[in-house]
Amino acid sequence: MYEIAEKKVWSDEVPGVKEFKIKAPLIAEKHQAGQFVILRIDENGERIPLTIAHKDLRNGTINLLFQEVGKTTMDLGRLKKGDSIMDISGPLGTPTHVERYGTVVCIGGGIGVAPLHPIAQAMKGAGNNVISIIGVKTKNILIYEDLMNATSDELLITTDDGSYGHHGFVTDELKSLIDGERKIPIDLVVAIGPPIMMKMVCRVTEPYKIKTVVSLNTIMIDGTGMCGACRVSVDGKTRFVCVDGPEFDGHQVDFDEMMQRQRQYLKEEKIAVETCQRQCSR
Amino acid sequence: MTSPKEEEKKPEKKKRPKIPRQAMPVQDPAVRIRNFNEVPYGYTEESAKLESIRCIQCKKPFCIDACPVRINIPGFIKKINEGDILEAARIIKKDNCLPAICGRVCPQEDQCERVCIVGKKDASVAIGRLERYVADYEAEHGKFEMPEMAPKTGRKVAVVGSGPGGLACAGELIKMGHDVTVFEALHKSGGVLVYGIPEFRLPKAIVQREVDYLAKLGVEFRMNFVVGKIRTVDDLIEKDGYEAVFLANGAGLPVFMNIPGENLNGVYSANEYLTRSNLMKAYKFPDYDTPITRWKNVAVIGGGNVAMDAVRTALRLGADNAYIIYRRSHNEMPARKEEIEHAEEEGIQFRMLTNPIRVLGDKDGWVRAIECIKMELGEPDESGRRRPVPIKGSEFEIEIDAVVMAIGSGSNPLVASSTPGLNVNKWGNIIVDSENTGRSSKKGVFAGGDIVTGAATVILAMGAGRNVAAAINEYLVYKAIGW
Repeated sequence: MYEIAEKKVWSDEVPGVKEFKIKAPLIAEKHQAGQFVILRIDENGERIPLTIAHKDLRNGTINLLFQEVGKTTMDLGRLKKGDSIMDISGPLGTPTHVERYGTVVCIGGGIGVAPLHPIAQAMKGAGNNVISIIGVKTKNILIYEDLMNATSDELLITTDDGSYGHHGFVTDELKSLIDGERKIPIDLVVAIGPPIMMKMVCRVTEPYKIKTVVSLNTIMIDGTGMCGACRVSVDGKTRFVCVDGPEFDGHQVDFDEMMQRQRQYLKEEKIAVETCQRQCSR
Repeated sequence: MTSPKEEEKKPEKKKRPKIPRQAMPVQDPAVRIRNFNEVPYGYTEESAKLESIRCIQCKKPFCIDACPVRINIPGFIKKINEGDILEAARIIKKDNCLPAICGRVCPQEDQCERVCIVGKKDASVAIGRLERYVADYEAEHGKFEMPEMAPKTGRKVAVVGSGPGGLACAGELIKMGHDVTVFEALHKSGGVLVYGIPEFRLPKAIVQREVDYLAKLGVEFRMNFVVGKIRTVDDLIEKDGYEAVFLANGAGLPVFMNIPGENLNGVYSANEYLTRSNLMKAYKFPDYDTPITRWKNVAVIGGGNVAMDAVRTALRLGADNAYIIYRRSHNEMPARKEEIEHAEEEGIQFRMLTNPIRVLGDKDGWVRAIECIKMELGEPDESGRRRPVPIKGSEFEIEIDAVVMAIGSGSNPLVASSTPGLNVNKWGNIIVDSENTGRSSKKGVFAGGDIVTGAATVILAMGAGRNVAAAINEYLVYKAIGW
């Protein structure tokens, strides 16, 4: 059992965004940027992957941030401080390759900012010039502004509705960095967020041959390379996100296939949410 | 009619009553294809007794030699005959700590029952069914008995993986007086016994019972513990004080055919399909949260036990058409005979000498059909089975909604790749000096089961676990084995 030491509600609107600080000293000890955990809330629960947003080695805790988009994340959102999660397995996946590249642009979309944070931190720690771009739909669901500010040499924020920062998309800011007045030479782009955002970021960087790393969040069960549910095509070859990833060269990822595979359980997910809502309203 | 005279002629020669091999009652196929309850009910006291009489108590029993863990088979059958079932259980448990499991999933027809003398003229003694009867009787009537335990040695051993190999090894080591911790990557122990083999073939309560028994003996189980990630083998030895490590992490890598269309929606590895249904209990969705799609037309590729498990699961999930597609013929299928028979009774459609060449999808990326080619058998290959050869121009399509790939499992590289100094072969199997000792290239590290041999059977992994436990004991206590 893993106890929830703290709970923070970032947004109570639907879908809610929440963050737990969880006691898991062994996982905290081994965690490196880019790695994730798989959790199961209780005996009837499913296993879902969540990326570690940050860790506290001294207190032996990890932070997990999630958006309530399905039955499991909704159940998770109802847990309170002091409650426990039955199973957490991790840290899983291959850590981010961190070195001194020069200028690294870290792009986070929506709650993708949470897993981006430890990577930006590690890139900064390795002596890179870190420029971060955060994009959200609207100001209310902006997360980690302070943390990203602290780990970035420069932080740019975009909102789809113009309620905060630049009115537009992360790709606009990226284009203007590359090709605008400043013409900043970029050595690496790291993008984490909705698949469509990562795909668009890759489309921007590809003509300039800027190496672009994306972190994929696919359907998983065991997280150890046993089931193959998470498979994606990278450079025409089938790879497993859970062990070969979650990070891949974005220019080689078949995003369309990945997005198609993400739709496999939409029908069942709807049934699960409806069943849950019926039971909860009773 | 025999004349009285003839009867008198040979009064001393005991005439054995001719008892047929006792059938095991099973759930009606029409009923069982819609539930996940166990298919065979097991012997009754009466049928077990009758079956035990069929054993002729050979002086030199071949069955023992053919058993990977050398159970005293005539010995335990004799006790059934005498009505002392608990003693029969004690005899089995001397050599096999998981009898309820092996009685259900061992390929007896290729082992003990294959060499049974009774079987030369008649059907062989149903050793597996008797083993199951004894184990189930003991579970119901026996009290927990603490086995003979050696004094504590204070030595710590780590067992990586809680499948049959890991459980068997842990059970032996704890009795030898060592402190044993079993590390399991998933949230439940049992390995393939819980994620792979379905409830209708091996009820999960039985596996849990065996795990609970080991816990009572003092074995510590750590779940959600992916060795290679949260702790490496080196950490276990250098930081955590384990003096020996047994790697029994199994054959946990799905194999695909590398044909076009394998990433379409509705194509699964058998590992995924079975793990969803068995470990995650998706067949109880939405009571359990993990989903599994209840497809109407499912093709399972392969002819082994895993393929049978997957296709019969598909049927129980509501498939109208559940196919086995296998490139060789019926005779070459590696699955246990009983599983094939059960599958046939349930209406599984066998498409033999048929090989998939691509999976076809609709415009939204979902499976719509599988294109296959007809095969014929040519010359025998290195496995001794006749090699299937495609028949030119015989391509055809089968309309389906889902495909499950059950063509074998590879070795998962997670542990080996995080353990410097551990040698593996080109398939990723850990190299050991012999399967009796399981000694790897790395000091203090032993290995056994599927991670050494490639995907095999429960009993072989169990046998390896037992053998390696003895070798670890030699290493720790007598220093008779070293590096």
